[in-house]
Amino acid sequence: MDVIRVTNLVKRYGDVLAVDNIDFSVPSGATVGLLGGNGAGKTTTIAMLLGLLVPTSGAIEVLGHDMARDRFAALARMNFSSPYVSLPQRLSVAENLRVYGHLYNVPEIEARIARLAEELDLTALLDRPAGQLSAGQKTRVALAKALINKPELLLLDEPTASLDPDTGDWVRTWLERYRGETGCAILLASHNMAEVERLCDHVLMLKQGRIVDQGSPADLLARYRRDDLEDVFLDIARGRGQSVPA
Amino acid sequence: MNPSLRRIWGLMYRHLVLYRSSWPRLLELAYWPVLQMCIWGFTATFLAQRMGSVAALTGAALIGGVLLWEVTLRSQMGMSISFLEEMWSRNLGHVFVSPLRPWEMIAALIAMSVIRMTVGVVPAIVLAWVLYEHNLLALGPQLVLFFANLMIMGWWVALGVVSLILRHGAGAEPLAWGVLFGLAPFSAVFYPVSVLPVVVQYVSLALPSTHVFEGMRAILLDGTVRWDHLVMALVLNAMWMGGAIWLFSRQFQQARIRGALLSIGE
Repeated sequence: MDVIRVTNLVKRYGDVLAVDNIDFSVPSGATVGLLGGNGAGKTTTIAMLLGLLVPTSGAIEVLGHDMARDRFAALARMNFSSPYVSLPQRLSVAENLRVYGHLYNVPEIEARIARLAEELDLTALLDRPAGQLSAGQKTRVALAKALINKPELLLLDEPTASLDPDTGDWVRTWLERYRGETGCAILLASHNMAEVERLCDHVLMLKQGRIVDQGSPADLLARYRRDDLEDVFLDIARGRGQSVPA
Repeated sequence: MNPSLRRIWGLMYRHLVLYRSSWPRLLELAYWPVLQMCIWGFTATFLAQRMGSVAALTGAALIGGVLLWEVTLRSQMGMSISFLEEMWSRNLGHVFVSPLRPWEMIAALIAMSVIRMTVGVVPAIVLAWVLYEHNLLALGPQLVLFFANLMIMGWWVALGVVSLILRHGAGAEPLAWGVLFGLAPFSAVFYPVSVLPVVVQYVSLALPSTHVFEGMRAILLDGTVRWDHLVMALVLNAMWMGGAIWLFSRQFQQARIRGALLSIGE
């Protein structure tokens, strides 16, 4: 079963075509990477999947719900994390999680917060204001917020941006384990090719709003005859390489 | 708890804990109403001492006007600033992708407005009673309707401000503080509507606040209850609120089309 099904999706801002007629799906339990340079349409696509942005045309179905007509039913079963969207800085970690626990109608909210705090090593930080945390700690809190409702679908926009390698690795390991345990599907937008190669089952390569290639990381490496995904990305971004049949 | 009520409470809880941890925010709520009460209260006392009983009655109307106008002002600011707090903390992205419906967000903002207005205005009402022996409750049970009408007016003005922020972003932010000061001269807060130029009177009478203050002066100066003004205030509030809800719905949808919800606050 597909948790995301996107059909003929277009987003136009005046003369600018931000997303140009894309189709893709994310199967249940899969991790799909959304790759592309700045302005390729990744954030626009994620915003449309979240209902923050209305498509110019096309259809989006998330967890069986049409996002144009029934987005709140889908939103209750999914969640989102991005380093570019903050949580209130003056509220403590526990207070922030409590707010979102209420917004997502989470049962037994204190037990859920305690469990997430334990899993994400946040117990000692629960009473600290969110604004006083390091970048790594903020990422873990943002993940806790994104998991508060036990989502069936997680949208992650550059989840390890600005993290040191050790913390970035910790987050990636944690995401792998979480997906293995829960079967949660993940749509991941990232500029970190090693991360995409490690986490994703399938990669969508976006350029100027269009999906210009896609496949598993291994498939893309084989087709572009490259050793790492970064070179594949550069080949596509600069239009210098060519895919060959694997 | 009903899921809808729980989501409304979730957003209220976010603001309540913010106030609990920030005494300057709490102080600010009561600062201006108390300051206004001191300035206009002493002015009214001075006039009463120099000019006798007519001035004393006028002074009472002045103090009543100040207190009731603060109800509108604090209700409007309570709602607009609660929305701005979300914008300033760059948290709107998370709020708008949660299952919180726009009407639930408005309900939470209205509830916060009632709380903020109460915390702000009650100290000024007590001060008026202690310093100037002005008992606002002397207006009688109609006071409840005066309060209700002025709060509703504050809410629809705030909805208009939030709509403009959704349309124009941070550039519209100053309206949250200034917009009602622009309506004050037309609201007949301190003087009867009859002193305004005839053309301006039409504008004035289209505002619910004008009818509330005319009603307040009728009780204080003539001892009569003007139900016609109260009914008119309710009808106008219903019309303006309907317009504000339409404007908000339209601007929210337009913001979703333009992508403004992604960059609001910039």
